[in-house]
Amino acid sequence: MYVAVKGGEAAIDAAHAQLADLRRGDRSVAALSLDQIRDQMALAVARVMAEGSLYDPDLAALALKQAWGDVAEAIFLVRAYRTTLPRLAATRPLDTARMVVRRRISATFKDLPGGQVLGPTFDYTHRLLDFALAAEDEPLAEPPPPAEAPLDPDMPRVTDILGADGLIEPESDPDADNPDAPVPDLTREPLTFPAGRAMRLQVLARGDEGFLLSLGYSSQRGHGGTHPFAGEIRMGEVEVEIIPEDLGFPVTIGTVTATECQMINQFQGSKTKPPQFTRGYGLVFGFNERKAMAMSLVDRALRAPDLGEPVVAPAQDEEFVLSHADVVEASGFVQHLKLPHYVDFQAELDSVRRMRRAAETGEGADS
Amino acid sequence: MTVAASDLDSDRTDRQRWMRVLALALPDRLEAAWDAVTDPPAVRTLRPPEIGTAMVTARAGGTGARFNLGEMTLTRCAVAIDGADGTTRVGHGHVAGRNRRHAELAAVFDALLQDPAHQDRLERTLIAPLAAEQEAARHETSRRAAASRVDFFTMVRGD
Repeated sequence: MYVAVKGGEAAIDAAHAQLADLRRGDRSVAALSLDQIRDQMALAVARVMAEGSLYDPDLAALALKQAWGDVAEAIFLVRAYRTTLPRLAATRPLDTARMVVRRRISATFKDLPGGQVLGPTFDYTHRLLDFALAAEDEPLAEPPPPAEAPLDPDMPRVTDILGADGLIEPESDPDADNPDAPVPDLTREPLTFPAGRAMRLQVLARGDEGFLLSLGYSSQRGHGGTHPFAGEIRMGEVEVEIIPEDLGFPVTIGTVTATECQMINQFQGSKTKPPQFTRGYGLVFGFNERKAMAMSLVDRALRAPDLGEPVVAPAQDEEFVLSHADVVEASGFVQHLKLPHYVDFQAELDSVRRMRRAAETGEGADS
Repeated sequence: MTVAASDLDSDRTDRQRWMRVLALALPDRLEAAWDAVTDPPAVRTLRPPEIGTAMVTARAGGTGARFNLGEMTLTRCAVAIDGADGTTRVGHGHVAGRNRRHAELAAVFDALLQDPAHQDRLERTLIAPLAAEQEAARHETSRRAAASRVDFFTMVRGD
């Protein structure tokens, strides 16, 4: 039990002042602008938007600046700000097949309609520190020359191409006849089990990247293995539409950058399903490829009961995964331990003393 | 991305088309266009610019069950403008982000574009150039991506 304490206001004010002072750092060094963070720390911004569960690059940049670059703290700030905003609309489902693709690769098919596009990837870099970037007057490199022609605008999802022969399980809308059926929403209803796939995907999309990465890794190492292949990864801009109540027709409100991963997995078949490839799905705000891949691995692992597979590993355990995936909850519960627990601890201390006395006198040691 | 954009345009009404262009436009461009309106009409605010969120939905696997991906910031505004023909036209602005002025200007131009007295000129001087720039930007993004298009060769073992 936590019992509140009073006092310490002056010390807390002084602590906050130190926090602000050290955040700013050496005054002879120029302060970071939000534009700089948004444009030059774009992957940190993407992570804050994904796990903060709020797409707004400027807000994410502000949160990172305020949090000294601590991503988990920045996510907390964004989540807290979100609660102050009214919900004005729900969008139509993003159509990732219409993405303006900046990166699109498949590890399973080398020749696919629309082609493979590496885009701005760290893959194939040598991971050698580039000391040219340390030079204060880093020369402004010209953007690399574009190709003569743009990409084929027809970039079908790999899973849609293969789905045609039934070798991959189809992914169809269970509410096709009822497009207004409510979608479970973690921000408005508590997490209960079994959660179902829609709720799971929401939790995973805003879940902690490190936690999901390790769980996905554990499934690859054999703890609930799913024999995954990266069927397709794509990143780019997707238009977002809402249907305002006043208008009754769809209008585009803007675009979001998103990363999608379609993991395809060998499946031996069951009593009700033939051997075929099954699917795990990852979709994340921003350029966030590691997270999208981890999400797709964990999504597939969590589908074990639906596919008649035994649940034997942590990555397949829905309650375990979903209850521990949120970085704000995890960070809060771990960190609350450092707040004053004086009354609590005093009670525990009394209890330990009583037990020791009992043990010394040989009385009631079992009680 | 020419084809994707025109595909979308084909099943859009004129109003959906210009609302999209206004939402995707940089606010500064709309401000400049508003400054250029000679004899600007009186704008009545029906709903002042309001910042909130839209819950972004997506589908499992791209085609399956709907789920909530996360929210995005959204600003909306509604205005009314009385035309010279005596008709009052209501304009709506719904724009991603938190720029109140963007939502307001999008609403103002949505109202003006519904007025035959303004429509042709605004289509010609504002919407068409913005649409062309937005299309050119998508085209440029796609050309840059295309520069890293790759052909992998499978090495056959034992040769």
